Amino acid sequence: MASITLDHIAHAYPGPPGAAKHYALKPIDHVWRQGRAYALLGPSGCGKTTLLNIISGLVIPSEGRLLFDNRDVTSLSTEKRNIAQVFQFPVIYDTMTVAENLAFPLKNRRMERASIEQRVGEIADLLDLRPVLGRRARGLTADAKQKISLGRGLVRADVSAVLFDEPLTVIDPALKWELRSKLKAVHQALDMLMIYVTHDQVEALTFADEVVVMKDGAVLQIGTPADLFERPEHSFVGYFIGSPGMNFLPASVSGSRAIVNETAFDLGLDYETPALGRRVELGFRPDYARVLATGGVPVTVLRVEDLGRRRLARVAFGSHEAVATLPPDVDIGPGDAAGLHVPPEHLHVFVDELRVLGTAERLRA
Amino acid sequence: MSLQLDHVGLKVGQAVIIDGVSLTFERGTMNVLLGPTLSGKTTLMRLMAGLDAPSTGQIKVDGRSIVGVPVRKRSVAMVYQQFVNYPSLTVYENIASPLRVARLPKAEIETRVREASRVLRLDPYLDRLPAQLSGGQQQRTAIARALVKHASLVLLDEPLANLDYKLREELREELPKLFAATGTILVYATTEPAEALLLGGTTATLWQGRVTQIGPTPAVYRRPANIDAARVFSDPPLNEMAVTRQGGEATLPDGRRMPAQLLLPDLPDGAYRIGFRVEDARLAQPSGDIHVFLGKVAVTEISGSESFVHVDLGFATWVSLVLGVHDWEPGAAAGISVDPSRLFVFDPSGVLVRAPNSFAVLSNPVMV
Repeated sequence: MASITLDHIAHAYPGPPGAAKHYALKPIDHVWRQGRAYALLGPSGCGKTTLLNIISGLVIPSEGRLLFDNRDVTSLSTEKRNIAQVFQFPVIYDTMTVAENLAFPLKNRRMERASIEQRVGEIADLLDLRPVLGRRARGLTADAKQKISLGRGLVRADVSAVLFDEPLTVIDPALKWELRSKLKAVHQALDMLMIYVTHDQVEALTFADEVVVMKDGAVLQIGTPADLFERPEHSFVGYFIGSPGMNFLPASVSGSRAIVNETAFDLGLDYETPALGRRVELGFRPDYARVLATGGVPVTVLRVEDLGRRRLARVAFGSHEAVATLPPDVDIGPGDAAGLHVPPEHLHVFVDELRVLGTAERLRA
Repeated sequence: MSLQLDHVGLKVGQAVIIDGVSLTFERGTMNVLLGPTLSGKTTLMRLMAGLDAPSTGQIKVDGRSIVGVPVRKRSVAMVYQQFVNYPSLTVYENIASPLRVARLPKAEIETRVREASRVLRLDPYLDRLPAQLSGGQQQRTAIARALVKHASLVLLDEPLANLDYKLREELREELPKLFAATGTILVYATTEPAEALLLGGTTATLWQGRVTQIGPTPAVYRRPANIDAARVFSDPPLNEMAVTRQGGEATLPDGRRMPAQLLLPDLPDGAYRIGFRVEDARLAQPSGDIHVFLGKVAVTEISGSESFVHVDLGFATWVSLVLGVHDWEPGAAAGISVDPSRLFVFDPSGVLVRAPNSFAVLSNPVMV
């Protein structure tokens, strides 16, 4: 049971003398709370694995302190940190039964037999492993083996945190649904601090209370799934979360209007005029933008994608392109003139990649 | 060129791996093989490539059998899910390798490699070895090698499965365009319905080594001919229930009865299987309404812009799609309602007997 404090944690690899340091992880300050689930999400090379390794003790950060509750564990070995880990590939004993595998971490700590049985039973129920408890692990499918690994990671109730490193990599796509649900249920049922590394947004958003979006060694935003979708703080978050990601159009902003290619979008709120030389972009999600036959901003339809449960239109206005939802009852196709409609509350202004608030919003905040 | 599979079968020992598959592919077309793992996609592609010979049936190019013709003599390129490159060759040489084998003039090789590396964004890495690249870059190298060959048949076996989803989004859009320009027959295997829909073209659904349906991709999605095709073309899984119609009444799995005319209009008495997709499962206030199925929220999955609410009804777990990001507490009481006109109805042999005649209109999220 613990909270984890990242006190100005950063990690740089020593470069050639005199050269600027290369940060695999840029300075981060944050407290991860007991009972919460966090996902570290980002593309390859974003620093998420480095951060996980710092927490597990595989990497000693070059700067900052790591606290479990109030105990400084920055330079403690993995064994002394009292954490459980689940890796990409199953780590289990093939010759043991499923029950023995689950019990192993508890036996090692000399827990009484009755308590072991009870805890193993609980975890087996959570993961639907009860029917195979008596079977040897050898011969089980990769999915079942990974479920055992998850179970072993979760079986000790007294760990400070459970760390997951892309645990669904080896799982058949058709079964990922089931395991994602299981992980979520496990998190709801057990009062443990969980940290989950993934490059898959569905896994991250489904599993976590808060998602830590990372890129190039920096944390860009820590927020709930709804925060990341509705209020991305950084344009990369807008792009990375959602499929397809947010549209970004170079714009100039004046008062409550954004001008893109001489076309005005009503922002619904007054904005401070960004300083000269700043990169200003208008961002909106394809999910909230609609293409209709008339009204709105005049656009030309380039392409229509029928995704089965919805249709998306790629539209052009001037030299810019955007993707928007094409409602089922709207009959327009490639080459047609149409209107792009985006409600003002779903228009966001980004200055040098950071989202800025309207004057009224800032006052409220 | 056209490629024809005529009652192709493959047996390994006693096991039937491919069962009587007949398909025709024309020049310049995009063809999707959609099916879960082990449904026969890779095996079928290996047969098309000539890497394996069928136990029964014929594989013909422009009407002439090619069974027994060596692979080298066929104009085929294949990209595997697990990228394959020559570890000791640079990216440039990897891409150029099929052209060197074909003894193309140097200038032509240079032009084709440059063009392929530009569209696949490999320019900065041409002098590197595959081991110095990320997984995505290695797979793009393998795709570039298939592209430069200008083969008349290009087989892509889940080529994007191992890539980051953002890269997949982009390549998925570009790949068909890249190959369409070469006039090839493109065959693309995937496990994902969403990918098939994005690729468009023609889709053949595969289940246990059989082709269960073939047709224009959106048409197969909207009107699956049988329950196997419907299941293969539904992710999250199709919501299903068994229903019996007798004497004007329909009995549902939760024991409830309703007028048969409401649920299974104009169908004879008998046992049916009803299926509907997540976008047609509406979250509803738990109530006594005859259309509302009562259950508890099992889990809510969030894809970024959509939420999938799994509701445990006792006899099954159904999934409802809600636009936007929402999170319902597990265990919360929830209802699911379905408009009867949105149902697929299958007879006991699994053949479709009724389908919705329009497609779903996703409205704003329903709040519970």
